[in-house]
Amino acid sequence: MRSHAQTAIRLILLCLLPLTAWAGIGEEGARHLLSRTGFGANPAQIALYAPLGREQAVDRLLDHAVYNALSAPPTWVNEPFDRPGKPNLTEDEKKALQKERNEHAQELRGWWLEEMRITPSPLTEKMTLFWHNHFVSGLDKVGVPQLMYQQNVLLRHQALGNFGQLLHAIARDPAMMRYLDTVNNRKGQPNENFAREVMELFTLGEGHYSEQDIREAARAFTGWSLDKDFHFVYRPNQHDNGDKTIFGQQGNFDGDDVLDMLLRKPQTARFVTIKLWKYLVSPTPNEADIQRLSTLFYRDNYEIRPLLRAMLLTPAFWQSQGQLIKSPLELTVGTLVTFDLTPPDWRALAGLNRQLGQDVFNPPNVKGWPGGEVWINSATLLTRKQFLDRLSHDAAPIRNNFIKADGQMDEAGGRQARIQRLIQAGLRPIKLQPDEWTAIYHVRNAADSARLLLAVPPAQPLPEGMSGAQAIAPLLLDPAYQVH
Amino acid sequence: MFQRREFLKAMGAGLLVSVLPNLSYALAPAGYQRLLVLIELKGGNDGLNTVIPYTSDDYTRLRPAIGIPRPQVLQLNEQVGLHPAMSSLMPLWQNHQLAVLQGVGYPEPNLSHFRSIEIWETASASNQYLGEGWLSRLFRSQPVPAGFAADGVVLSSQNLGPLDGGARAVVLSNPQDFARQAKLAADQQAGAHSGALSHILKVEGDIRTAATALQQPAMKPAANPADAPTAPPKAAGGFAQAINTLADILQNGTRIAVARITLTGFDTHGNQQPTQARLLGELADGLALLQNRLQAQGRWDDTLVLSYAEFGRRPRENGNRGTDHGTANSHFMLGGRVKGGLYGQTPVLAGVTDGNLPHAIDFRQLYATVVQDWWGKDARSLFGGHFERLPLLRA
Repeated sequence: MRSHAQTAIRLILLCLLPLTAWAGIGEEGARHLLSRTGFGANPAQIALYAPLGREQAVDRLLDHAVYNALSAPPTWVNEPFDRPGKPNLTEDEKKALQKERNEHAQELRGWWLEEMRITPSPLTEKMTLFWHNHFVSGLDKVGVPQLMYQQNVLLRHQALGNFGQLLHAIARDPAMMRYLDTVNNRKGQPNENFAREVMELFTLGEGHYSEQDIREAARAFTGWSLDKDFHFVYRPNQHDNGDKTIFGQQGNFDGDDVLDMLLRKPQTARFVTIKLWKYLVSPTPNEADIQRLSTLFYRDNYEIRPLLRAMLLTPAFWQSQGQLIKSPLELTVGTLVTFDLTPPDWRALAGLNRQLGQDVFNPPNVKGWPGGEVWINSATLLTRKQFLDRLSHDAAPIRNNFIKADGQMDEAGGRQARIQRLIQAGLRPIKLQPDEWTAIYHVRNAADSARLLLAVPPAQPLPEGMSGAQAIAPLLLDPAYQVH
Repeated sequence: MFQRREFLKAMGAGLLVSVLPNLSYALAPAGYQRLLVLIELKGGNDGLNTVIPYTSDDYTRLRPAIGIPRPQVLQLNEQVGLHPAMSSLMPLWQNHQLAVLQGVGYPEPNLSHFRSIEIWETASASNQYLGEGWLSRLFRSQPVPAGFAADGVVLSSQNLGPLDGGARAVVLSNPQDFARQAKLAADQQAGAHSGALSHILKVEGDIRTAATALQQPAMKPAANPADAPTAPPKAAGGFAQAINTLADILQNGTRIAVARITLTGFDTHGNQQPTQARLLGELADGLALLQNRLQAQGRWDDTLVLSYAEFGRRPRENGNRGTDHGTANSHFMLGGRVKGGLYGQTPVLAGVTDGNLPHAIDFRQLYATVVQDWWGKDARSLFGGHFERLPLLRA
C-alpha cells in the first residue's frame, strides 16, 4: 500500500514539474534566442521557433548552421595582389595602389555586413564575429584585404568547429602572422608579440604565464614565415633549435608544441568559455556554470558546438533577457533583419558602424572590441537613436490599412501590398513599412509589437490604444531597444 | 620622555606632511570652476617645424627641402622660434602667457596613430591597455560639482577621447543641433532596471542635463570683441567656429570643467609645407581668438589651454617633402595664469640620422600639473605612478 502511494505521489510530482522543457519557448523565448545568436530577430523566424521547446530550438539552430558564406565575395579576393611596400613604384603608382586597397576594404566590409543580414545561418556569422574579436587582426596593420578575407574564411570554417584546430590554423594565418609580427621573429632577433598575445589574449589570459614563458615561447615560434606570395613557409635556418623551458618543461619545442601545451591547460578552456558567456549570455557569469561548461569544453577536446549547445541550454541563458547591450552591428543589421529592410548603400551602413565603434576587419587594437557598456556614450547613443529615428520617421505613413473589422490582421493583404510595392520600386525596399509588417506578421497591438521588439518592458510605457504599427517608432526609440 | 619627544616630532612631521598637499588646494580653491581647454592636433603635428631650432646646422641638414628658412622664423630666443604662420601667438608670448613645452612624449613610444593616441588619452604606459580616458578616471573619483551641464564637451570630433569611458561628456557641433538631437533622449522615469538598461538611462540623463543647460537664454550679450578695431584677424574655418561655439556656451553660463577641440590634418607624410602652414595659422589665429573672447568675458585667468597629439614626426624629412611618424613633440600651454617661457629640452639633432627624438617631458607630468596645480585635485592615484609636475602656473 505504502509503495503504491509513494509511486502515486511521485507520478503526481512528475506531472507537476515545470513543463518548460516540453512547452514551447514562446515568442519571447524565440526572440531572445534568435537575437542573441544572430542579428535582430525576424518575426517569421520567431514564429518558427516559438512552438519549440528549449532543446528543440537550440538543436534546430545548430543543425541549420553552415560553414561557408552564402553570398559571393568580391571578385578580387582570389586574384594575385601586390606586396605592401613593394619597391620601385612611382608616387602615382603607390597612391593608386593605396586607393585600390581602400576600395577593396570597403567592398570587403560591405560583403560581410550583407552576409550577416541575408544568411540563413546568422549563428555562423555571430560566431565568426566572435572569433574575429578573439583572434584579432586589423586591416590597418595587415595592409592586404585579400589576407583579411582569407582569415575571415578560416574563422567561418571553424566558427562552430574545433578551437584547438582553429588555434593551430590561426597561428599560421598570413594576416595574423603579419598582425602580430610572427614574420619578424627570428633566431637571435626574437619578436615576442605573438607569443605574448597568444597567451594573454588567445588562450590563458593574464596571470597564468610568466615573462620567461613568453620569451621562451617566442624562440619556439622562430622560423615561421611567409613566402613572397604570403603563404606560410617554415625557414629552418631562422629557427632557434635550442632547448626552451616553457611552463616548467624543457625541450626543443617548436610553435605547434607551444600551442599544444596551451591547449593542455584547462585554464584555456575556462578563459574561452567565460569570453563566450559574456558574448552570448550576460556580463556576469556564475562560477558553477562556468566550471561545468569549461570542463565539458576541455573534455570534449575543445569542440565548439557542444559547448554552445550546453551554454544555450543553461537556465541562466533563458533568464538573461535585457542583460546585454546590443553591439552596433546587432543594433543596425539587427533592425534591418527584423523589418526585412535592405540598406540602399552598404557603404553608409559600414560607415555608421565604424562611427559607432565597430569597424569590421579593423578592431581598435589587439584586445578587440571590449563590448558591453563601452558601446554606449553620449555620442554613440545619440547616433544610434538618430539611425532608429530616421528609420522610423522616414517610414511609410501609418494608415492601419490591414486591420480587419474583427481586429485580426489581413496577412494576405499585407503580403500582396508588399509584392506590389517591390515590383514598382524595383525590389529595393528601403522604407520601413509599419502597416505591411504588422499585417504580414499578425502584430495587432502595441503589446504584440513590444513582444517582438523588446527583451524587457519599455522604459517609457506606451499610451493606451496604440496599434501595432503606431507602436513601432516609440519602441525603437525606447532605451530598452538598446539592450537584448 | 624621549619617546614623547619623538612622538611629538612625528606628529609635527605628520601635520606638516598633511598640510603640503592642501597647499595646492589653497592655490586653487576654484577647483573645476577653472576651465581646461585641450587642443588635439590630430594626425601628429610636426613639432620640429613648429618650434624650430633655427640656428642648428643639423636642422638644415635633416630638412633640406622642408626646413623653414631662418629669416622667416619668429624668434623666441637665440635658439628657437616659431613657424611663421603662428604670428598670432606672439602677443601671448610677449605677455608671458605662452609656455612652449619641448620634447613631450613618453617611454617606449608607439608609432601607430590609434595606439599612441589611446596611450595619451588613457594616460597609460606604452604596454598597458586602459579602458577609460584619464579625465573620466579623474571625474569618477573627484566629481565636478552639481549644477555643471556636463563634465566636458568635445568639439570637431565624434570621439570623446580622454572623456570616454564614463565621464558625462557630450559631442557638441553647435548647441542648436545638439539641443535638437538631444530630444531623442527623452526624460526618463527613475525606476529599478537591470545593469545594462540602467547604463543606457544614465547616459540619456547626461545628454538631457547637458542639453537643458545649453539651452539657457543668453545673458546680456557683450559686444563681440572680434568686431573691435584692435581685434585679431578674423579666423575662418572649422577651428574658429568651434572656438566661437565654446566661447558662446561659456558666455551663456554653461558650466563645464573641460572642453576639447580637435584640429585635423597634421599627418603630413607628403608635401608638408603648405598643409602645415595653413593648419598652424588656423591654430594660432584660433587660440588668439579664444584668448580675446574669454578675456572679454573675464574668464581668461580661469582658463588653461593645452595642446596634445599622438606623436611628433621624424627629424629627417622623407622623399615626399613630408615627414613620417615620430616621437617626442613640442606643445603649447597658454592661459591667464601660465608662466610663459620655454620648458623641457630643445631637440638635440647632432648625430641624428634616421632616428626619432627622445622625450624630456612625460605627458603625464603635464596632466599631473593640470590636475594638481590647476584644479587642486589629487593626481596621485590617476597615472599609475608619480610624475613630477612642472612649475607652469602662477597661483
